Amino acid sequence: MPGPWQPATVLAVRTETASAKTFTLRLPDPRPHLPGQHYIVRLTAPDGYRAQRSYSVASPPGGDTIDLTVEHLPDGEVSRFLHEAVMPGDTLEVRGPIGYFAWDSKTPVLGVAGGSGVVPLMAMLRAARRDGHPGLIQLVVSVRTPADLYYSRELPGPDAAVVYTRQIPAGFSRPAGRLTLADLAPAIRGHQVAYLCGSSAFCDSAASLLRDLEVPAARIRVERFGPSG
Amino acid sequence: MAFTRGFTGRRQQDPRLPPGQYDAGADWPVLSAESTPSIKTDNWTFTVDGLVESPVTWTWEQIHALPAARYEGAIHCVTSWSKFGMRFDGVSVDTLLETARPMPGAAYVMARSHTGYTTNLPLEDVTGGKAWVVWGVNGGPLPDIHGGPARLLVPHLYFWKSAKWVSGLQLMDHDEPGFWERNGYHDHGDPWLEQRYQGD
Repeated sequence: MPGPWQPATVLAVRTETASAKTFTLRLPDPRPHLPGQHYIVRLTAPDGYRAQRSYSVASPPGGDTIDLTVEHLPDGEVSRFLHEAVMPGDTLEVRGPIGYFAWDSKTPVLGVAGGSGVVPLMAMLRAARRDGHPGLIQLVVSVRTPADLYYSRELPGPDAAVVYTRQIPAGFSRPAGRLTLADLAPAIRGHQVAYLCGSSAFCDSAASLLRDLEVPAARIRVERFGPSG
Repeated sequence: MAFTRGFTGRRQQDPRLPPGQYDAGADWPVLSAESTPSIKTDNWTFTVDGLVESPVTWTWEQIHALPAARYEGAIHCVTSWSKFGMRFDGVSVDTLLETARPMPGAAYVMARSHTGYTTNLPLEDVTGGKAWVVWGVNGGPLPDIHGGPARLLVPHLYFWKSAKWVSGLQLMDHDEPGFWERNGYHDHGDPWLEQRYQGD
């Protein structure tokens, strides 16, 4: 359950890609999140006008900071402000953690991410790696080009495959193309819960592939990232 | 009130927008915790049971034979988008309850879906012309992804109360949390009071 609004201090702003930045926030009242959950960021103008949006936590739980990775959407009122105006030392009102798209850190996970949908799954992957359970989560990330890959110092890896839909990096053997059964099959283990995150169309197509791989619908969780500013 | 340094907002707040909401314009974002089911209308049913004089189940044909009802107006999602000028077609929940006849003790309903999703509402929020079961949107059939073939529509509350793929209403004498409500969302969900999460 989310706590009250709290004023978080921006400690660092990091560029992930041309359209994504990660904001490290220090929380005065830290509340442990489950990997996969999100926070709301609320902006308030001097005249009382407010705008708020939800952003997934990219960092594993622990400590008094969270990393929120924010995609700069073309017409996004909040994401544009965060990208263009916010700098270390600023205060942002946040509330969280929130969400059912959450991992208990024990259940084996198949994570399937499209583009910016990697953010909540990265929190899971980082938690598993940090806690000495590599392989408990198997991640498959689909991005358009190498320049679109978030967290490229940590991806790909033995527990995280990356597929490219438009353009492949040098030395990569899989041709560019949409996610297929052959991309997902190597990541399937027994007793996994599948966490799908990305655009609505991506999630539907990934869910359909998982059904073909006989993953029961009851073991599929979906978080759809839409245009939400 | 704590201001955000440098933030002025890009426009005046539209008076039709509840606090903290923005106009999604032409987009209709999709949010659901499950993969999208494909539900055939051949064996679709809708049931009203619990504290009613006469539990009733309608088939797809039977529910379409009831008097048609339309909602035109706004919808508000807890993730902060709102949409204006929506038109939904279906049947009023009042019509369904006239047949099932709620017992005097009935005060709450649990809406349930063919997927197992649930959401709880006070009975007074689904009666008096405030709630519908809808299968049409903006002149076409309701798509799977938005809860088709039929969803509950309770547009004066946040949209998670408008259960997608709805399969029935159970009338109860007490309130119980549904799916999102067990996960921290508000039991009532009035967007004008910003009842997003438990405790708001």
